[in-house]
Amino acid sequence: MKLSEIGALLQAEVVIGCQDDLEIKTAFAVDLMSDALAYAKPGCILLTGLITPQTVRTAYALDLAAIMVCRGKVAPDDAVKVAEELDIPMMRTSYIMFEACGRLYQAGMVGCIEAVNRCER
Amino acid sequence: MNVESEHFSVTGGDFARAGAISIRVKKALSNLGLPRCVIRKVAVVVFEAEANIISYATEGEINYIISDDHIEIHIDDRGQGIPDLSMALREGYSTADEVVRGMGFGAGMGLPNMRRYSDEFQIESKVDQGTSIRSIIYLHGGENE
Repeated sequence: MKLSEIGALLQAEVVIGCQDDLEIKTAFAVDLMSDALAYAKPGCILLTGLITPQTVRTAYALDLAAIMVCRGKVAPDDAVKVAEELDIPMMRTSYIMFEACGRLYQAGMVGCIEAVNRCER
Repeated sequence: MNVESEHFSVTGGDFARAGAISIRVKKALSNLGLPRCVIRKVAVVVFEAEANIISYATEGEINYIISDDHIEIHIDDRGQGIPDLSMALREGYSTADEVVRGMGFGAGMGLPNMRRYSDEFQIESKVDQGTSIRSIIYLHGGENE
């Protein structure tokens, strides 16, 4: 799914870094950055309601494709600046995280992991 | 850039900069052309190390050294130390305050994440003195993540 299609599905606005043709196949949704560092896989889009410079640096560390800020949260200037510096596209949707995930899943997007295997924790 | 080792100082309580060293390390390793999966593992270990020092210690250092077949990361801090290492290595166990949690950290995943992404991991801590961690990540054939 192209980033532009994701944006259209979630009626999102571009905050920084318009990369319409960027192809994204998987997603991860979380507010805990340590959980993102534990489980998110390269190339996925991060759906989150916590948007700080650390959120963007987490996405960069993990080679994530883009950040979708949920619940209509306004990204602070310092987070947008880091996203611009690190060239990570950021969009914003008014949908709550559950609704945003549901709409993407319905359109064919899948999680970057399906479940956490307790044996591996 | 020909980087074989680097040294960084971290100041306790400097929340705004959490993750900044991880970015610098990732860029330096990317410029060396190391495998992306290796770089990502180092970036996560360094990120969590920064967050831990900033959250719990007075000050600390992060060093990494690249050798022929692995990257060795040394993390040393001075501060409160960890009274119960086995608990601290359990996922979900945390003593973080609200400031740390507000950043999206302090959920009890920091040390487990560092261990998860390391091919070899050693930790020592003394209460009221500090904590030392040695993480080794293989350049080829590592098993984790």
